[in-house]
Amino acid sequence: MTSKHRSDETQPAESTSEVRAADVALDTAGGALAPAIVPVSSQSGDPGHEQDSVIRKIVMGNGFVSVLAVIVALILGGLLIASTDAAVAKTAGYFFARPGDFLSAAWSAMTKSYIALFQGSVFNPRQGLQPLLETMTVATPLICAGLGVALAFRAGLFNIGAQGQIIISATLGAYVGFAWHLPFGLHLLVVVIMGVLGGAAWGALVGVLKARTGAHEVIVTIMLNYVALFLLDFLLNTAAFRRAGDNSPISPRLDDSATYPILIPGSRLHLGFLVAVLLTYGVWWMLNRSTIGFEFRAVGANPIAARTAGVKVSRATILVMALAGALAAFGGVAQVAGTEKVLTGGIAAQIGFDAITVALLGRSTPWGTFFAGLLFGAFRAGAVQMQIQTGTPIDIVLVVQSLIVLFIAAPPLIRSIFRLEPKKKNKKTKAAPKAALAHASGGAK
Amino acid sequence: MKLELKGISKAFGTFYANQDIDLVVESAQIHCLLGENGAGKSTLMNVLYGLYEPTAGQILVDDRPVSFRGPADAMAAGIGMVHQHFMLVPVFTVAENVALGAEPTSFGGVLSMDETRTKIREISKKYGFDVDPDALVEDLPVGVQQRVEIIKALVREAKVLILDEPTAVLTPQETDELLDIMRQLKAGGTSIVFISHKLREVQAVSDVITVIRRGKVVGDAPPTASATELASMMVGRPVSLSLDKAPAQPKETTFVVENLTVRAANGTNVVDGISFDIAQGEILAVAGVQGNGQTELTEAILGVQEHVTGSVTLDGKQLLGLPVKEVLRSGVGFVPEDRTVDGLVGPFSVAENLVLDLYDQAPFASGISMKPAKVVENAKAKIEEFDIRTPSAGSAAGTLSGGNQQKVVMARELSRPLRLFIASQPTRGVDVGSIEFLHKRIVAERDVGTPVMIVSTELDEVVELADRIAVLYKGKLVGIVPADTPRDTLGLMMAGVGPEGGSDDK
Repeated sequence: MTSKHRSDETQPAESTSEVRAADVALDTAGGALAPAIVPVSSQSGDPGHEQDSVIRKIVMGNGFVSVLAVIVALILGGLLIASTDAAVAKTAGYFFARPGDFLSAAWSAMTKSYIALFQGSVFNPRQGLQPLLETMTVATPLICAGLGVALAFRAGLFNIGAQGQIIISATLGAYVGFAWHLPFGLHLLVVVIMGVLGGAAWGALVGVLKARTGAHEVIVTIMLNYVALFLLDFLLNTAAFRRAGDNSPISPRLDDSATYPILIPGSRLHLGFLVAVLLTYGVWWMLNRSTIGFEFRAVGANPIAARTAGVKVSRATILVMALAGALAAFGGVAQVAGTEKVLTGGIAAQIGFDAITVALLGRSTPWGTFFAGLLFGAFRAGAVQMQIQTGTPIDIVLVVQSLIVLFIAAPPLIRSIFRLEPKKKNKKTKAAPKAALAHASGGAK
Repeated sequence: MKLELKGISKAFGTFYANQDIDLVVESAQIHCLLGENGAGKSTLMNVLYGLYEPTAGQILVDDRPVSFRGPADAMAAGIGMVHQHFMLVPVFTVAENVALGAEPTSFGGVLSMDETRTKIREISKKYGFDVDPDALVEDLPVGVQQRVEIIKALVREAKVLILDEPTAVLTPQETDELLDIMRQLKAGGTSIVFISHKLREVQAVSDVITVIRRGKVVGDAPPTASATELASMMVGRPVSLSLDKAPAQPKETTFVVENLTVRAANGTNVVDGISFDIAQGEILAVAGVQGNGQTELTEAILGVQEHVTGSVTLDGKQLLGLPVKEVLRSGVGFVPEDRTVDGLVGPFSVAENLVLDLYDQAPFASGISMKPAKVVENAKAKIEEFDIRTPSAGSAAGTLSGGNQQKVVMARELSRPLRLFIASQPTRGVDVGSIEFLHKRIVAERDVGTPVMIVSTELDEVVELADRIAVLYKGKLVGIVPADTPRDTLGLMMAGVGPEGGSDDK
């Protein structure tokens, strides 16, 4: 009765026992914590165990799994590239006669594509490091929005709403950028502030609904994404947002004074990237060094304990969603005031959704998210080059991205591929569902 | 049926939960497995019940080696298990629950429940269980639900019955009834493996006691062994079971609860008009069977319950209606009843957990900036002071043993000047050695003149610590009695029967 009663207050969607069950499942899956039946008391006294746990941290630490997930996804993507390649298909026809032809064709299809991807995203002899600058440009909004998703994750909230938050901030920022005409410097500042406030409000709305009414943030954010998207579509068809004498749904260009200055001439890299770097550091500091971050993390890891320790869980929920919205909003501002400079219906592209992947890949740590954002920026920037050079469709990159998510979402998969767990551990993992089953069936024959 | 375990080992990675365990359960005997939490009792029983595959060793039934690939095999061999947490479907009837998993069917797969009903009636009659096959399980008291579990095993013709901590959820009276049932089952030829860490019950009912410590058999003891001997075997060093406690010297009464009522979501009063007070330098222990409003009572004082009426004053200040943080700031130390649920943040480090409710105060923070160095410094001091066994201050609290986790919570709550100390289940799931330590700390807090409120479902603990005992039943205060009240009286009070001569308030 107790748990039921409590759950009503703090976690409308889940009962305490469910939370516990989930914990157990996580523990067993993660292998990081021993399940309840294993007495940890004796483990902690064992000197060998300490060493073991250090190795486990490095090997099974989430970051390492992320790296492996990327590698496996790239390999599978490479196989896919090879399988769609014309030369490979031809050599497959006489595979048994000369298997070497087939293998070398497959290898060259893979490597050529990935070399093109690299050249399009980091360096090539013709343009030097120019592609890297483009990667950083594309990564900027991904990093910002990824931070927003990651921050919410850390507080136990699944923020699917980065897309909507980006759209709202881009819309507000853009409007201020082209409709108001303010002095240089001040104008950009106002654009950023308006955009960020818009995103923060859009996020806070989710937090308020969750904290006050118990509405689930996933559903609310998904729906608010639609609201934001169609609101933008609607606005782009009003006179206020259209160019004079033009019927197409594109806003006027933002004033020059309203856009992020270019950092390196000849590229599109703008000040927004530096802002993203600062935000990454800021989020790291907040999470690890501030009382607010302590509250967020406590609420994320155990809301009931946090509440018992005096943390106002509902206030933390609202605050973290507002901050998550604000972070995503910096991405929206970077898009509209940095990269695109006009507002269109597709201003947010898929950034808000890719941000979820970026945050996952970055294991919800600020710097992890930063580098994951750069990686995805590189995929984006390099994919075009890859298609031009080798004819490999851009969609392959999307497949690789999706595979990364798949592997991250299923860490045991990666562990079993790389045999990161000793066999006994696997047995233990198996024993848990087996036990559960047996209980459910009452030990039936 | 004779059951024998020979050299059973069960390893998880490099860690041995069971190592080279030999155990012989003779026919028609009550064999007790005694050990602290985490000693490996449950792992061993899970091996025996087919849930785990042993790393090494053999199970013999009537001298024939067997291997169980699952509970189904174990059941077929005549081994039944009653888990600590019942495996019953609440919305099913008793008969449906008993049939579940081995449903008797007639032609064409039609369920025939009559067969099950008949069997239940037979067994009920034989052992004097008062169980109606058609009652819904959710309507039954916990003690009767437990009998349903036992019937479930007996219907499947269990010759050896494993009872895993069966008394944890029972009142003292229900416990006595269970012990009687166990004796009857034994008389009927059933062997029982009785897992417990409560010495009193173990002594009352066992034929043989096997003590397990750190996954190994320490040795067998006769049921005549004294509690101190058994406890020392469990812990591996001499333990004193009785607490040296000076008589209380109550001073000014500073904590007063008046007519406190907590209304639950379904409209019933889970705490119903409770009034009591605690003086400085006094321990009031709240006794009662789990789920009789203790949780709600303490949480109402802390301020995390909604729909609370009445009055709670500390040093003349009204606490009701204040946010939790304010209540804590008023000098309330609060040890919640379940450290893993509301006492600790498992993935957080020990150091972080030690400041879980102080993180935004000096010296751990200035403004919104935390001072990690101070947090670690504090942790090192507390780890030393409370003898918290942890690899380091940075280790995740969730990886510590129950006793050490509880020490973390206790260290945190006792580390500031207190005006009131509330501890729920201060030693639940804590090893005997740590219990001794924690009890001493609680008494020490009393002796510096703090009003102390202990909530415990363990009568032993209540009697041990209390200067006065308050008994709760269905949200109501049955009475407040002196600490030397006989156990029988307390047991009756826990079942809702008031003490003779009315409540003795001070």
